[in-house]
Amino acid sequence: MSEDCHYDPASETDQVIAAVMADMSEPGQRGIIVDSPPGAGKTTLVVRAATELATSGESCIIVAQTNNQVDDLTTRLARQEPSLRLGRLSATDYIPPATLLTLPDVTVATRIDDLGAAQVILATAAKWATVKDRSWGWAIIDEAYQMRSDMLLLVAARFDRALLVGDPGQLDPFSVIETPRWIGLPYDPMQNAVTVLQAHNQDLPVHRLPVSWRLPASAAPVVSSAFYPFSGFRAATTAGDRHLEFTAAGIRNSADVTLDLAARSGWALHELPARHTTRTDGEAADAVASLAARLLTRRAVGMCERHPAGQPLGPQNIAIGVAHRDQADQIRQALAHTAPAAAAMIRVDTANRLQGAEFDTTIVLHPLSGRSDATAFHLEAGRLCVLASRHRHACIVVARAGIADVLDAHPSDEPIHLGVRAKFPDGWEANHALLAYLANYRIPAP
Amino acid sequence: MTLLATLARVEAAAAGRARPLSQVLHRRLAGQPLVIIPLTLAGDPATPVAAMTGTSRTDQQLLVVSQPRNRDLRLRFLTSLASTVLGYIAARQHAAEIIPATRTHEERRRYADAPQILVPNRAARDYLGLLGRATRFQRADGPYPVDPSVPTLGKWLTFFADRADQPGSALLADLTSILAEHWATGQSPLEDASLAAQLAWIDPPPGMTGLQAALATEDPLRCPPAGPATDPGFDQAILEPLIRNYDRAAKAGSQAGTDRVAAEITTALRGQLEPTWETIWHAIALLRALPETAGAGRRWAADRDSFTSFSSYLGDGGLPQPRRDHAATAAARLDRLERAHAAYDAERALEDPFILAELRTTGEAFAGEVVSALPSRTTTTPAGRTILRPRFTVHTDDPVRIEPGRVLICPTRPSQRVQIADLPRAGTDAEVVLEVIQGMGTPARPRPGAVPAPGELVSYTLDPGYWAPRDFPPVDQTPWTHGGPPVRRAEQTEEPQS
Repeated sequence: MSEDCHYDPASETDQVIAAVMADMSEPGQRGIIVDSPPGAGKTTLVVRAATELATSGESCIIVAQTNNQVDDLTTRLARQEPSLRLGRLSATDYIPPATLLTLPDVTVATRIDDLGAAQVILATAAKWATVKDRSWGWAIIDEAYQMRSDMLLLVAARFDRALLVGDPGQLDPFSVIETPRWIGLPYDPMQNAVTVLQAHNQDLPVHRLPVSWRLPASAAPVVSSAFYPFSGFRAATTAGDRHLEFTAAGIRNSADVTLDLAARSGWALHELPARHTTRTDGEAADAVASLAARLLTRRAVGMCERHPAGQPLGPQNIAIGVAHRDQADQIRQALAHTAPAAAAMIRVDTANRLQGAEFDTTIVLHPLSGRSDATAFHLEAGRLCVLASRHRHACIVVARAGIADVLDAHPSDEPIHLGVRAKFPDGWEANHALLAYLANYRIPAP
Repeated sequence: MTLLATLARVEAAAAGRARPLSQVLHRRLAGQPLVIIPLTLAGDPATPVAAMTGTSRTDQQLLVVSQPRNRDLRLRFLTSLASTVLGYIAARQHAAEIIPATRTHEERRRYADAPQILVPNRAARDYLGLLGRATRFQRADGPYPVDPSVPTLGKWLTFFADRADQPGSALLADLTSILAEHWATGQSPLEDASLAAQLAWIDPPPGMTGLQAALATEDPLRCPPAGPATDPGFDQAILEPLIRNYDRAAKAGSQAGTDRVAAEITTALRGQLEPTWETIWHAIALLRALPETAGAGRRWAADRDSFTSFSSYLGDGGLPQPRRDHAATAAARLDRLERAHAAYDAERALEDPFILAELRTTGEAFAGEVVSALPSRTTTTPAGRTILRPRFTVHTDDPVRIEPGRVLICPTRPSQRVQIADLPRAGTDAEVVLEVIQGMGTPARPRPGAVPAPGELVSYTLDPGYWAPRDFPPVDQTPWTHGGPPVRRAEQTEEPQS
């Protein structure tokens, strides 16, 4: 790209953040939405907005979806702005992590009345739903696309104005209840909070963070075009900034070709022979586990803008992503055999639980691997997007051959409903797009 | 479909006969259910053609619309249906019991019985809801008035259809769904939507396999569809010509002519409905042979509560249910359904060994032998109090997929709650260390038998816990995020068409 010599990711991000701040200081503006692609500095924005509100004397609360997210935000906010008095509101059975308790000026309480002195109060949406008869000028809602709209309804009386931040490409919230009763209604309680808010307030400004600080230059364009077709983003780093090197060799095995390619290019498709398998495919689990084990024995070192001299890749920097919990279980057992020392430290989890997390290298078991059909669950664009966008260096996809044929045999046939906006990107198309790209990095496994 | 359900299907296909998926009944089957088989006019939704109703196999009533496109005839049909349904409901509004006040509820009255409507399949269940929507806004005054019982029928049918979404409710149920909870057939779940074919696998006639019997039900002459859609061959060859004859007779102004054709239409429709009628009572008889669980009784009591409160709502001149839920009512309803769903799943797992077995294959439950126990172990709370926290270890080869810290329950000790303290694995086996956190007594007075002894076989599954209903804002305080309070309109004048 010709403009690359002038490309300054920090100032591009700053411009968007400045525009968000300008909108927030506009008196009539009730809500502002900020779409943030993977690793685009969402937390930075939340911290910045909270700080500005608190220092200008506005009362402000922060609503996140899980206790982990609230703890993370509290820690970040306390470290960055030690002068702020923070309140962490929690449920009675919540045990605060040790790091939170050591922070000065952070009060943890189970009742809102015990947090009188706090300038910013943080809690999960479920906890905010239990607070009554109080309201604040501003709410910053983090991970708003993971929040169901019925939860927004419960907390909406707690604030006058709201800043909603989230990643539209991730998994939608869901319910165990299946009913067509509310489909097409603007306030469908099963929809996410942002969609419902926008349906009722169509003129709310939407900003987009333009730069992914997490994804490497090899991943940002493909993730952007497959999962964010209309609101693209770029990588903050260029191709030379990040790469993996191996400092030990050992006896080479079938995993090495894949690892070499992934280290060189940021992607690899480790393709097992075509076969229809059960959900728990033993061979695929073994392949995933041996790739992870081999990555550790070869002592990978990652060079990046933060660590130009290189940082050794430990088991805590590796994640393994799957679609189902029983697959995670099976891979954990396989890891206990192939890499007993590191098995407990490697995060093996489903896409739902990996949302928001960041790792150096990820190994992904493709949701459609070994399947004979493609259901709506397995086609969901958000699932594949989460799995393909957690890494800073490289992503290795393990799959059975023949996924393209499965996709072609199962075009998405979800019914179209009146009053429901078509969801982009279409999962079927996103799957094909990523697969077509990965075909360039295909290593057939024996 | 779970692993065990799939296996049961494969086994059923191989054996030529359905396999049991559960041997207890999780729903009350009323002694006198009102069976309704509705038939609708092809291509014309909510235009009924006929309905067969009754509370026992021998007490059978057939209601027919000779010309379904004639509004007057259709209203006459709906008035007769209303008289049947409302009469059935009224018979259950006499005896009541008084439920004394508890800490959270005031004293209340509850009818001792409740109506139960049984329909052949899910489509028929939805159809009753559709009829409810089509009739509840009709007016007994003003232009084109209808009989006052028609809108009341609409409100009741809407109530039944809404309540049927509640997991475990028995006020309106469809037989194919109940049968599918109890038997795995050798055909696909889609094919199970045909009541006759499903029953053919469950109880095939002597000398036939399930497959042969199911294939035989595909002949529309022997086994007409269970509705609401009619057989297209029947529509074309019999029903449509008869309706045309009726129109000709009506045009000619011949009362004798229309009466004669109406009788022919009735006979034809009776032929379409009677086989399904027999099938339904056959299915009910099979289900009645199953023992009912305690949970079914509790859920029936909740159904009776809901029946009682809707009865008094209508008694106070209640307006028809709105066409669509408001933001807050929709959210509150979803919350209620989700809580009922969790409770229903948990209760069934404790009362039904088949369901517990299924949960064991997915890792949400486990069973095994107690290998060691520390029944008098104590710990000290942060406040310095000594409390009894017995521990015991269960050896299991189930694929346990429960994180440490989650609360578990077991079928044999209903008041006990335990927590996973540790879960070390060795290959496929695990030694689960469980800590009893509820139901063990105090250090001075431990409850006898609260902690299982080594050698005992135990099973545990996840406790869904209880969470209080959420406090959604009242409709007139809907926040700006959800469109603000609704603009006031006369709700009851909506949908004036017939």
